[in-house]
This record gives sequence, structure tokens and C-alpha cells, in this order.
Amino acid sequence: MITTDVIIIGAGPVGLFAVHQLGIKGLKAEVIDNLDKAGGQCIELYPEKPIYDIPAVPECTGKELTENLLKQISPFKTNFHYNERVEEVIQDKDNWIVKTNRSKKFIAPNIIIAGGVGSFEPRKLPLKEAEKYEETSVFYSVTNKKFFENKNISIFGGGDSALDWTLELSKFSKITLIHRRNEFRGAPHTLSEIKKLEKKGKIIIKTPCQLDKIEGDRNIKSISVKFDDGKIEKIKTDTILSFFGLVMKLGPIAEWGLSMDKKTILVNTNNFQTNKAGIFAVGDICTYPGKLKLILSGFHEVALAPVECFKRAKPNETYRFEFTTSSKTIHERLGLEKKNV
Amino acid sequence: MPKITYISHEGKKNIVEVPKGLSVMEGALQNNIEGIDADCGGSMACATCHVYISENWFNKLEKIHDAENDMLDMAYEPKKNSRLSCQIIVTDDLDGLEVTTPIKQS
Repeated sequence: MITTDVIIIGAGPVGLFAVHQLGIKGLKAEVIDNLDKAGGQCIELYPEKPIYDIPAVPECTGKELTENLLKQISPFKTNFHYNERVEEVIQDKDNWIVKTNRSKKFIAPNIIIAGGVGSFEPRKLPLKEAEKYEETSVFYSVTNKKFFENKNISIFGGGDSALDWTLELSKFSKITLIHRRNEFRGAPHTLSEIKKLEKKGKIIIKTPCQLDKIEGDRNIKSISVKFDDGKIEKIKTDTILSFFGLVMKLGPIAEWGLSMDKKTILVNTNNFQTNKAGIFAVGDICTYPGKLKLILSGFHEVALAPVECFKRAKPNETYRFEFTTSSKTIHERLGLEKKNV
Repeated sequence: MPKITYISHEGKKNIVEVPKGLSVMEGALQNNIEGIDADCGGSMACATCHVYISENWFNKLEKIHDAENDMLDMAYEPKKNSRLSCQIIVTDDLDGLEVTTPIKQS
């Protein structure tokens, strides 16, 4: 069991800045995220897209924003628990116990939910039969490259992941790349490499078409694709890799007894606490009159929530509001050298 | 106010007035139309406001941008007449527009 002042669920920009706002108040946090890295939607959905409405930052990408936030919170030496999804939240007197899908346990008087729209999961193939072959012949990511050697692989998708894995796996497997339209979206270099391989007959590209049927028994034997003109073609396939991006699922959050409005959690705007004392919601996942789903709104929300977190974590101490420009205590917490203060 | 018809995958029709300047996605959310999730809130980052447009209306809409098409690749069962409803802005010319929602969004 890991004991801390605040458990933060979600390592997106708002969850990361929560670490900062807690840290300067002297509160310790542990951060849990279902993804394998920090950044949330910024990293998964638009790492290279510029954002123009972060105050005093005229332009930055989702990736840059994440990197800068990580730098900003580095003095607090926070533990991040990636690839962990919070499954259960249980009350234990004045504390909350949080359990993840990998059986990690945390206890703290406060939980800050900065969960965006929920956790990311790969978007599945629309065909029902695909489910049956999941993890045996149908995959949504490549974790062990060796498994994909000497196979007949049909790769679905038109973006970077589909193109990159087509290039990589074509070194030792027969690849058919299948996409719903003729245009692919990828780095120019990758696209030209793909064209070269196709010319040499190393890979086969089928467009514009979509998966129509999967045939097999215990394993897949072949698939059929349907072209836009209605023509159907059978392709010898034993393995399917599908890259249709990620979807966001609210998941277990809906079952924690919090007051919700559709997929968002109701909070008060004094301290962004939910209907449960000690559980706070901030960022895209919270709602209140006038709520805007902006990163900058999330930053405001995590500036306020820690005040209440402080009172719950340190009931015998008096909370004092301080500025980062002048507070010696904050400077110490930020690890600034004495001579600079 | 322009009227927009949202048709469910089962054929159920919902005709609602949507103020000019809002997107077809926002019109759906404001009127609690089922079948449009809009997880990313309209930043063209999720493809969960995917709709099909009838042929006679498809060509009347402003031309689809590359970025929208890239995102549609991720949608559930995209077709030639697929659009993201967050990218269709309601105008007087779109009065009577019919959009059909897919079986599911993700």
C-alpha cells in the first residue's frame, strides 16, 4: 500500500500541473495513468498540433507542453504509475483507497480525478468475428516483434502506425496494407519508402477498400475486403494488425458513486470537490455552470483544489497562501539554491 | 432558424432547430440527440461525431479538408458520404439538412 497526500488520476496537462500546485503547498502526490507516458490527449491525439491559448506561450505543440510541464514539476520528484488503470475507489474513514487493474494499492485523504474523457483504448475492428481472434490473430499493437515474423499479415489503417509497421514487418513477413481510401497520411519519407516497396513487389497495397469478412477456425485463414465499387477480394492472411487510433472510454469512473452529468463529474467551483468529500475532479472530466473544456481552465481548477486537499491532509496545520516570487518555503520546495533566493 | 434532421441508424428521425453558426455536432448535443458522442469536444481529434450525409446534401456542404479526412479514417465504418459533424457549420443554406448517425461511434 502506497501512502500519500493526494492520488492524482490522469497524467495529462491538468494532472501534471496539479502536482505543481500541490507541491508548492508541500503536499505529496502519486500519479496514475492508463497510458505508458505522460501527456494524455495532448500526446495521444495531437502531439504535433500547435496550441495557441496557453497564457504567455504564444504557440506550442501538445508534446512541448507536456515536456515543459514535466520539467516544471521535476523538483517534486513525483512517482508516476503508468499502464495502470484505476478500477476501484473505496472509502476508509477519512481516507480513500485506490486499487488499479494491476493490483497496486494507494491510500490518501484526497483523490484528484484529472481523467480527461476517460482512458484510451485502441479502436477495434468493426467486424464482430474479429473479437474471437483478438490476441491470437487480431492485434491492435505490436508488443513482441518476433511474433510477427514469417506471417501473412494484413495491416489496416492509413496513418503513421500502419505505415511504420508495414515498413518494419515487411523485412520478415508478407504484408498487405489495406486502407479505405487511396491517400495515406504519413511522413513524406515513410510514404516514399512504402511506394518503393510496393514497386519492388515486397508489399501489396489494397485501396480503397474495407474489411468485409474473416474466415478461419481456431486461427484466421483468409480475409475478404470489399472495394468501393463493390468488388470483393480474398486475401491469404493469418494475422491482422489494425491501426484505427484510440477511443476514450470513461470506464470504472462511472461506478464510484460520484454525481455525474453524462460523461462528466459535477463539482463545486469553490474547490472542485465532487459530492464525495476528498474526491476532486478537474480538467475535461469535470463540469459546472459555464465550464469550458480548455487546458487553461484546468490549470485554474488545480490551483484551487489543493487548498482543500491541504486541509484534509494536514488538519492540524494552518494553510497560508503564498506567492512563488517571494516565498522562501516555496523556493525550498522547488529546490532553488539559497544564493538565488 | 435552420432545421436539421438527425436520423438514427434505425431510421428514427429527430428534427430540431439549430442556431446558425453552431456545428451540426453542437446542435445534436444541445438537443440530447443520441448517437453523437463528440468526446474531444470539437477539436477534430476523435472521430466520435461521425455522420453520413445523404447524396443530395453531401455536395452542397463545404469541401472536406485533409485533416478531417485523416480523422475519418479512424471513424467507425466510414463511407464515401462520411463527415465529422463538428466540421459542418449550420447556415441558412443547410436548412433541411439530413444526417444519419452510425450504429456506434467507437
